[in-house]
Amino acid sequence: MMFDPQVIIEKLPEIGSGLFVTLWLWIAGVLGGVIAGFIVATARRFGGKIVNVVLGAIVEVLRGTPFLIQIFLLYYGGPFVGLMLDPIPCGLIGLTVYSAAYYSEVFRAGYASVPVGHVEAAACLGMTRFQTISRIQVPEMALIVLPPAINLAVILLKESAVLSIITVPELTATVSAIGSQQYAFLEAIFILAIVYWIIVELTDRLGRMAENRLSRLRFSKA
Amino acid sequence: MTPKLFTLLLEAALSTLGISLISIAIGFVIAMLLSAAMLTGKSIYVLPARLFISFFRGVPLLVQLLLIYTLLPVIGINVPGIVAAIVGLSLCTAAYQAENLRGGFASVPPGLIEAADVAGFTGAQTFIRIRAPIALRLTFPALVNEAIMILKSSSLVSVVGIIEITKMAQDLASSTYQPIPIFASAALIYFIINSAIALLGRYAERSLKGASA
Repeated sequence: MMFDPQVIIEKLPEIGSGLFVTLWLWIAGVLGGVIAGFIVATARRFGGKIVNVVLGAIVEVLRGTPFLIQIFLLYYGGPFVGLMLDPIPCGLIGLTVYSAAYYSEVFRAGYASVPVGHVEAAACLGMTRFQTISRIQVPEMALIVLPPAINLAVILLKESAVLSIITVPELTATVSAIGSQQYAFLEAIFILAIVYWIIVELTDRLGRMAENRLSRLRFSKA
Repeated sequence: MTPKLFTLLLEAALSTLGISLISIAIGFVIAMLLSAAMLTGKSIYVLPARLFISFFRGVPLLVQLLLIYTLLPVIGINVPGIVAAIVGLSLCTAAYQAENLRGGFASVPPGLIEAADVAGFTGAQTFIRIRAPIALRLTFPALVNEAIMILKSSSLVSVVGIIEITKMAQDLASSTYQPIPIFASAALIYFIINSAIALLGRYAERSLKGASA
């Protein structure tokens, strides 16, 4: 068997469109997850005991079961409860919910890292809860939250490959389909691995840059 | 959802457990070898180890499984699918475990290593008797987390046709046309196993702490 990259090069436009789907699903899933995760963490912290327990249980279930099972439940189970979803919206919802559960834990740790004294001081100064969150807690937790948040984003990019199983036309689905059409499965999967590897390395590097930037910003003000 | 279907899922859970445990154990051994390679400080060992860790942490497990599944027959190794699945999971978790262990190895007090050196320990002895046990104890919680991750990730081997919880659930869902109760039961089984691992992990952590005190 020869390794022949030619077949892959001919299919670059198709691979590009798969990459595009992966990237936008990933970015949308991460952004949605960050926003929803922050809301969940905030609700758990300030919403009283019942809210905390209920949301906590949901988060634990989402974190304790495989993403693939969750996607199957949504994609194959959805129609039975009147939720007919095409693969892409289904993938987007699944990825967002899954990432929201993990991001809520990141923000929970973030809230816990802010010294109680700072929150009390804000209350003494007459700040409202919203002001305390936006001016004290969020800026203070930013540096602590960033590394796990980037890590999580990388994990989600890799998780998004699972969406190929429910025929979302993302990178893995596109490239492995090309591989089987062209009888060049090994080449295709090889290229696929390299592309993911590059994106992950780039994200890691960007994350480290953002971290340095943020810590300089923080210490220059102090 | 009849009890019979649930029993089938439970039987498949044994296969999930077996695949995960074997992969974690093999992955642990490879992770220790990778750590030993990194600790030599010689670039001829360090660079390949680093490349290995970076690759297996940078590529989705699903893609790794597909790669191994197609690559093995091409290079003339014909093994059953289950072996390919275990190889894939082991290599992947090895990279993650090595990365976890790195922090542990970095926090081994240098004085202990010097003392071992003075006491006449060889490099290998120092690694096995001093560095590895301390690093393992320090990173034990991360190891438990990794075990949970692998248990969840093992659902992906269903893609290469291995019968475990996920594949069984898929087959049952399509034959009985009851996806919700079946996938929900599968989720429940995963959740219970993971909770048990987390609980055992916390228990083991406490007794490890007791042992070191």
